Amino acid sequence: MIAIIDYGVGNLFSLRSSFAAIGADVIVTRDETEIRKADRIILPGVGAFEDAAKKLKELRLDTLLKEEVKKGKPLMGICLGMQMLFEKSFEYGEHEGLGLLKGSVQPIKDRIPADLKVPHMGWNALKFHGKKHPLFRYITEGDCVYFVHSYAAVSCEDSLIASAEYGASLTAAVARGNVMGCQFHPEKSGNVGLNILKAFCEMEGGAVC
Amino acid sequence: MITKRIIPCLDVRDGQVVKGVNFEGLRTLTSPVEMARFYSANGADELVFYDITASSDGRKLFTDILCETARNVFIPLTVGGGINTVADFERVLGCGADKVSVNSGAIRNPSLINEAARIYGDQCVVLSVDVKRVDGVFRIFAKGGRENTGMEAIQWIKECVDRGAGEIVVNSIDTDGVKQGFDLEMLQKVCDVVSVPVIASGGAGKIDDFITLFKALPKVDAGLAASIFHFGEVKITDLKAEMNKNGIPTRMGV
Repeated sequence: MIAIIDYGVGNLFSLRSSFAAIGADVIVTRDETEIRKADRIILPGVGAFEDAAKKLKELRLDTLLKEEVKKGKPLMGICLGMQMLFEKSFEYGEHEGLGLLKGSVQPIKDRIPADLKVPHMGWNALKFHGKKHPLFRYITEGDCVYFVHSYAAVSCEDSLIASAEYGASLTAAVARGNVMGCQFHPEKSGNVGLNILKAFCEMEGGAVC
Repeated sequence: MITKRIIPCLDVRDGQVVKGVNFEGLRTLTSPVEMARFYSANGADELVFYDITASSDGRKLFTDILCETARNVFIPLTVGGGINTVADFERVLGCGADKVSVNSGAIRNPSLINEAARIYGDQCVVLSVDVKRVDGVFRIFAKGGRENTGMEAIQWIKECVDRGAGEIVVNSIDTDGVKQGFDLEMLQKVCDVVSVPVIASGGAGKIDDFITLFKALPKVDAGLAASIFHFGEVKITDLKAEMNKNGIPTRMGV
């Protein structure tokens, strides 16, 4: 069973549907018992970092997620949910994240030529970093995935597994042990996206980062 | 780099796609869900669903069909038609739509754009315009292109972007249905004044029209069409192969 964390941030219809499409058992929940029972966890999110971080804390999900990760349970953050995995974000001020991965989240516009549009929105190709990660076992380098974001993770070399070129090299996916994240939306990335979710469903837990 | 998008547009009335589709001469498809699935499997980068129903029963049916589509198709979906209030945004976003397109609703009440952009973000709000030359001036037409509002088009588009529209669909009434290519002059004028993505609509008749569009106007992000895809006159797989061959950034594969 996969628990998709419902903390009132964004619509989870497509994410739930995409797991159903690959035959995975999912539950959309914020209930502690359900989350502890699940084999793996998805942390979704769209919107503003500060708001999302606050909601996680209010629901005491921050501590719960850290505990489950420590036990070795695979966790994948998606879009804003991925950004939440880092130490901090500089989206309208400075805000603390879960600190499960080293690095921070910074505005894209400071790093790309002025004529490029923000948000970085649309289909862009993945460039792999390091040894091909098991999340990508069913896809190939150069496959396109769907992005919508105005902020991106930086200083995360030790977890970077894929980037996308947009006037600068933008962090597209990260992984360290059982903690993983996609900046793009696998649930909107066609078969390529479904294949990434499928690979996540097959990842073994246990490796504590 | 972000790839150029190819977007089939489905007009839906009473639960069926208007002008059923005859793919490969095999059978006629009118189910929006099946068509969406077909396009997604054949390389469409995004789908636009227009609700052209007038009745409230029809609206309910459209919403159900949208949900069913989003349960089965995993590429971005833009929904338009009958979007007049924030509640309409909520209704279609709740069914898995990613972007919502406003046209007449924004003409009647421009602050709808501000309100929706504040709640859902600019990237979620698409402005769709039907534009026609009248005495040498680009004018905005309402009610599916039947009524001249008298509004100057470029000014209106600028205003909507300032209000928070994150993307513009420019449909040229002058080239629509003529199949002699997109309205490059009109699109150029729009690209000159906005910095958000521009989607070209109206006039595509063959593969070359898309190649010309993307080569002549590098700032255009996407090409939208309906019947030439529905009737198989242009196959998206062939179109994208040709774009790729011409050095246009294209998403290959699905």
